[in-house]
Amino acid sequence: MKNLVILGAGTSGTMMANHLSHKLSKDDWKITIVDQYKTHYYQPGFLFLPFDIYKKKDVKKKGEKYLPKGVRYVNQKIDQIFAEENKIKLEHEYLEYDILIIATGTKIAPEEIEGMKDKEWHKSIFDFYTYEGSVALRDKLRNWQGGKLVVHITEMPIKCPVAPLEFAFLADSYFKNKGMRDKVEIEFVTPLDGAFTKPKATAALHYLLEDKHIKEITDFNIERIDNNKKIMYDYSGKEVKFDLLVTVPTNLGDEVIEKSGLGDDMNFVPTHKGTLQTKANKNIFAIGDATNLPASKAGSVAHFEAEILTENILLYINGKELKDEFDGHANCFIETGNGKALLIDFNYTQEPVEGTFPFPGVGPLSLLKESRMNHMGKMAFKWIYWNMLVKGIHIPFVSATMTKKGKKIEA
Amino acid sequence: MQKIIANTTVEVTEQGYLEDFNQWTKEIGTEIAKEKEIEMTDEHWKVITYLQEKHKNEEALSVRGIKKSGVVNIKEFYSLFPGGPLKISTMIAGIPKPKSCI
Repeated sequence: MKNLVILGAGTSGTMMANHLSHKLSKDDWKITIVDQYKTHYYQPGFLFLPFDIYKKKDVKKKGEKYLPKGVRYVNQKIDQIFAEENKIKLEHEYLEYDILIIATGTKIAPEEIEGMKDKEWHKSIFDFYTYEGSVALRDKLRNWQGGKLVVHITEMPIKCPVAPLEFAFLADSYFKNKGMRDKVEIEFVTPLDGAFTKPKATAALHYLLEDKHIKEITDFNIERIDNNKKIMYDYSGKEVKFDLLVTVPTNLGDEVIEKSGLGDDMNFVPTHKGTLQTKANKNIFAIGDATNLPASKAGSVAHFEAEILTENILLYINGKELKDEFDGHANCFIETGNGKALLIDFNYTQEPVEGTFPFPGVGPLSLLKESRMNHMGKMAFKWIYWNMLVKGIHIPFVSATMTKKGKKIEA
Repeated sequence: MQKIIANTTVEVTEQGYLEDFNQWTKEIGTEIAKEKEIEMTDEHWKVITYLQEKHKNEEALSVRGIKKSGVVNIKEFYSLFPGGPLKISTMIAGIPKPKSCI
């Protein structure tokens, strides 16, 4: 009997457990998945919780419900991976493995910035990348009387790079619907050189910021926050004052990666970008937000990776050459408020462009363009997530690698 | 589009970043720096070499990464490349500016 261990039962880990339980012989392989928490969160829903669009029950389910029978689900904290010994130390036991899949994700580290996780944390400074932060922000917004709302990115890379923009767009709609948009100033503060950073997206979408009266502050690299004055300072001395700060703190890989000596500067696991094998060990693979791949940290990326990683695990078991196939494919809905959304489909080398999706020339979804149909797609995605995606069911007409068909690509 | 930098014709983006890192030379870097009113010193080049290494390894650039690298601290990084240190230093290094997905 051989052992395959998956660390992390989030989107990536749960998908891999489902894929592999169908593919591996139960007589030969025992699959174990480890996560200290029993809850599986629908993380895209954290964007909607603060605005009372989703309720708690929409984003929170028992992890067990989404794992296949026959897979051992261990709810213990992971202490350390001993890669040279093919062994993992958990809170109460050791696990040995023949193949290891790291799916420990990324988390926010507000303590990286002086004054971020201080006395104003979850009072006037919020994150919306955790369940707790998102719920606390919802309660704050319900009673907020207005002032200056600052939506802020600490530094890249972050999970779901478009989420802060979506938050700013949805805030505009939320305050309009409450009849108090005139009492709220919205500023978008980024360390990059714009809210949009790619030429096609900037040309197609910059109007959104102007129409919604969202002020852009660029090249702002935060150094510290003064809690009493409610001011953020950057390294060059620039100041941004806020009444309500919604920030995306530094994103780091899990601390177990650092402790095990398997991470880069940000605790992300150096991984081969086409095969998903780690650079450290041939029998260790990594998927999703935990990797250092130059792809977006997003559920759709993990979904496409899972299809390719499943094939590669089988090739590895049979001693065959791995497929160097993952192309960085991402497919993301972007809420723009007022019941509309955008859709982008791109990969390592192809920037998001206009077009139709998934059927070339037909749609029904349009790429890089606002539409009500895209918004319906985003809303339908919650059902797809819980019923198809985490269960490892292939989503029809959407291939693991990006297609150029239906996209307006200049030669 | 094409641009002549340090007597060499290179492909650049609309914002002036090299399209192909293989076309980069130290002379080109020096010339781009001049356009940004920066006189290159050994300290500047140390940062540029670090960024180019990161680029070759396909690793993401971040201010935190630079802080941890020990090559330069953040305050020095700002004084070496005033304005937008990552934006300017990557242009001089001949590598793409840090981007988001859109």
